[in-house]
Amino acid sequence: MHPAPSVILFSVLSGLGFGMLAWLGIGKPPVTGMSAFIFFFVAYALSVGGLLSATFHLGNPKNSLKAFSQWQTSWLSREGCCAIAALTVMGIYAAGAIFLETHWALLGAIGSILSIGTVFTTSMIYAQLKTVPRWNHWTTPLLFVALSTFGGALMTGQVTVAMYGFVAVGLIQLVAWLTSDNRFTKRGSTLETATGLGNIGKVRMFEPPHTGTNYLLKEMVYVIGRKHAVKLRVIAMLLMVVIPVLMIAMGAGHDIKAVIAVLSHLVGVFASRWLFFAEAEHVVGLYYGKRG
Amino acid sequence: MTALPPKSDVKLGLVIDLDTCVGCHACVISCKGWNTENYGAPLSDQDAYGENPSGTFLNRVHSYEVQPEQGTAQTIHFPKSCLHCEDAPCVTVCPTGASYKRAEDGIVLVNEDACIGCGLCAWACPYGARELDKAAGVMKKCTLCVDRIYNENLPEEDREPACVRTCPSGARHFGDLGDANSDVSKLVQERGGIDLMPELGTKPVNKYLPPRPKDTGNEIDILAPLLAPIATETSGFLGWLDRTLERI
Ligand code: SF4
Ligand code: SF4
Ligand code: SF4
Repeated sequence: MHPAPSVILFSVLSGLGFGMLAWLGIGKPPVTGMSAFIFFFVAYALSVGGLLSATFHLGNPKNSLKAFSQWQTSWLSREGCCAIAALTVMGIYAAGAIFLETHWALLGAIGSILSIGTVFTTSMIYAQLKTVPRWNHWTTPLLFVALSTFGGALMTGQVTVAMYGFVAVGLIQLVAWLTSDNRFTKRGSTLETATGLGNIGKVRMFEPPHTGTNYLLKEMVYVIGRKHAVKLRVIAMLLMVVIPVLMIAMGAGHDIKAVIAVLSHLVGVFASRWLFFAEAEHVVGLYYGKRG
Repeated sequence: MTALPPKSDVKLGLVIDLDTCVGCHACVISCKGWNTENYGAPLSDQDAYGENPSGTFLNRVHSYEVQPEQGTAQTIHFPKSCLHCEDAPCVTVCPTGASYKRAEDGIVLVNEDACIGCGLCAWACPYGARELDKAAGVMKKCTLCVDRIYNENLPEEDREPACVRTCPSGARHFGDLGDANSDVSKLVQERGGIDLMPELGTKPVNKYLPPRPKDTGNEIDILAPLLAPIATETSGFLGWLDRTLERI
């Protein structure tokens, strides 16, 4: 799949923002007044900024309001509804913390659940697609939710939670990569099943239907070199998990080590998310002779 | 609504004959012609006369080579447009309700006034049957020529999809695949029509008729003896001419 910068930016930043909101909602840290304002400001900047960048990916954003209507069937619609609910509930909670110095615990807890719920619905947009076997698996929501939860923990200063959490993230990421590499083959879609010509013999593309490119090729038939991918996986793992864990283990607090941990993690998640798209193979590539 | 309607008895669709398709792309052009002038936003082209032309089409013809275990390879032309699936995954993923399947005849359509151009439906379709139009920013797909098949302003013989009407080799058939006695259903029955990528559970309405078995190349036609060359040595005037020309 085409790794569109706007979508990568959206899913990483808003994931982190909603992760922060989830922790703030259960009073970790129990900030009030000015420091609450700073925490909530960062969390909203990330989550809302992310959502806005996602609208750049739309061909016809003027109809955006309609996207809240189909929550009964569509994960994308559910994501929109969940995000608005989370931002509204957490907004009220934040106002209480900033202006009245009080924590409405129940409201905060609901906001937390909605925040994580938003990340979950985002992940399900990808995980539901049978056409992209690499995404169509439980590791997709698990990885998205874990990244958001523990990235949020780092951003809200829950360093010990973040440290153990990142180790878990590393393991989930590893399982996600290793189990996804042969899933396309295991699912059994081939150029033979795609054309129904398999009982005559081996099928190969003779002539493509068009000499130039088209929407399908640009959007869904992105091909990334194998060697490239392996190198990027190592880089992503180092930046996203290993360096932040080391920084925390070395006692990151309000210092340069904490800054390194946050920046390294963020860049690492971008690399991992880029690979999530670039490595994903859509079955339509079969028709163009671009899969195996 | 992007919930799928209850199963309808009428299932309008196409039957595509891979035996007779000659790969002329006439259906591609007539489809583009009809649909760019009629329902919804036109099908735009980018850099049409430049170095990198691309554009939106609702129907495209691939060509494949199939190599049997024994004998020579076969070239098969393969037209592909929306299959109007019964369990259409492109419909249920749509956040706006723009994508829908008609309860009365099973045609899958996009309401362009509600589409946000998110592209998710194109991701959900296994067959590459949906293309986002670059100029209009909305999703385009085969409409089964819904503005022809019921159109009483057209002469009766034109009330079928443009691609079907145009095909010079009669490789595209239109009809009700929900009716076991319709011509198209009988054709599917007789020729063993198949589904594309059945493993993905989309239950396509459109069916493909596999190519008929080819002759093996060993059978010699009964007229063959009459075609054998008769004279090995030329004589008469032609013989003289031949020999003279040889000499100079
Ligand atoms: S072929 Fe694709 S676009 Fe058409 S109904 Fe099936 S899934 Fe939807
Ligand atoms: S591109 Fe349009 S029709 Fe397709 S899922 Fe998005 S809103 Fe629905
Ligand atoms: S039925 Fe109409 S819209 Fe569909 S492929 Fe044929 S000509 Fe195009």
